[in-house]
Amino acid sequence: MADLPPVAENLFSWQDGTPRLIGSACRACGTLAFPQQHSCPRCCGEDVAGTLLPAEGTLWSWTVQRFPPKSPPYAGETEFRPFAVGYVALDGGIAVQGRLTGAAAPDGYRIGMPMRLVIEPFIRRDGTAVAAYAFAPCFPGHGQAPDDHEGPAGAPGEGSAAS
Amino acid sequence: MTGSLAIAGIGIHPFGRNEGQSGLQMAVAAAREALADAGLSWPDIQFAVGGSDSAGKPDTMVSRLGLTGLPFTNVINGCATGGASLLTARTTIASGTHEIGLVVGFDKHARGAFDPRPEDWGLDGWYGDLGMMVTTQYFGIKIQRYMHEHGITSASLARVAAKAFRNGERNPAAWRRKPLPVDDILGSAMVADPLTQYMFCSPSAGAVALVVCHPDLVTRFPAPPVYVRAVSMRSRRFGSFEVFSPSMPVTRGPSPSQEAAQAAYAEAGIGPGEFDLVQVQDTESGAELMHLAECGLCEHGGQEELMATGATEIGGPMPVNTDGGCIASGEPIGASGLRQVYETVLQLRGQAGDRQVDGARTGFTHVYGAPGISACAVLSR
Repeated sequence: MADLPPVAENLFSWQDGTPRLIGSACRACGTLAFPQQHSCPRCCGEDVAGTLLPAEGTLWSWTVQRFPPKSPPYAGETEFRPFAVGYVALDGGIAVQGRLTGAAAPDGYRIGMPMRLVIEPFIRRDGTAVAAYAFAPCFPGHGQAPDDHEGPAGAPGEGSAAS
Repeated sequence: MTGSLAIAGIGIHPFGRNEGQSGLQMAVAAAREALADAGLSWPDIQFAVGGSDSAGKPDTMVSRLGLTGLPFTNVINGCATGGASLLTARTTIASGTHEIGLVVGFDKHARGAFDPRPEDWGLDGWYGDLGMMVTTQYFGIKIQRYMHEHGITSASLARVAAKAFRNGERNPAAWRRKPLPVDDILGSAMVADPLTQYMFCSPSAGAVALVVCHPDLVTRFPAPPVYVRAVSMRSRRFGSFEVFSPSMPVTRGPSPSQEAAQAAYAEAGIGPGEFDLVQVQDTESGAELMHLAECGLCEHGGQEELMATGATEIGGPMPVNTDGGCIASGEPIGASGLRQVYETVLQLRGQAGDRQVDGARTGFTHVYGAPGISACAVLSR
């Protein structure tokens, strides 16, 4: 997956084979933001720095996109298949919106499910593929068990399943 | 207490697809109706405020109404456009700049869901590329979480829509006027889980106009006076969950609806429990339920009982969206906020016909929209 061009620059990167979203952290109050921005939405400060966000969390809420979104702005394939979208609450107090993928697709998700970041191909309607981020459930039989991921997400050397 | 603004005249162009008519044509029709209701003509109007999201520049209406040279301010504030327009008019009159004005809102949208462009909302293209620039997703995600936290059921969501269509049947200006059974609403196509097709409003077309004046002048006009006791508007704070948000803090903060409502209650000196009728933004069924609680009109989770007992029906203790709301009228973005005010004025005048709330003396209106804005008003006889 690392060889496909990303859907956008500065959205995610790889660390020890594990994908990580690139956010920003306020140096004054510690508030995280995604995607990276140059000011803090909480304290209004402008002293912020790029940071890699934790790769795992739990599903805060979700829905299923049942009809093809209008294009533009949607750039996905003309042959539409419903897909889930949700927010995953990551350690550090931030919840990130993303497409949901993995074994529960499209409508088998549950609030509170352990989820992890994955990078997967996104086929654009012109036929080209780009690498996009999504979240997939991490439960036994579909990736690694949540118990394998105890400890502070994002700690150095954390062994999250690479997709 | 009369507040700082009064309503001297009201006009509406019926909501719907309105094929063959432009938004501006509908706006002019609504404006002429409001002027006639007030017994005025266009040259009597000292200033105007107009809002439209997608149907052209409101101030171009002067070419049809007459080139009188008046100041005409255009407002674009998403679904809160009507509230922002009313607030602008209130400020203009309260400042003493003018005494009589016209507030108008109109819109006309293409069929299907809105197709906003990421760059108009401070977002990069990838967000739209991946299929997340869709307002219906936000409402599905928000109510899904709310149901999880507060025990709201799909049956209650369907009852909200069923009420909307029943009220719409009694409103000649509504678009969807055919009552639908709860089971049909639950069984209609899933759009954004757990919300089905008939739980959502659809983008539509329509226009509303109000002649507004200083409260001291309102008794000179033919219609029974209605006073705007408060108008408020708020944008989002850190911690509120809003549409088009690639990320948000996990810890929740106050919503713009909550803060705008509290500001309106404080200004009016009238609050929850004292309203004879309430209009809240019902982009979909769940939004009506969540906004009632955010505005402090019920407890979080208390909506189950409200819906089970019919408390929000016309004839119940707290009638909600008596004209059918957005679900029955559709959503012409620039017009919806003023539609709520129009309906409230009709009710407070005792002119709401089949859907009249007996003895209505006070009303509350609330709009909410992207990117996290809300405007509220309190009206009284």
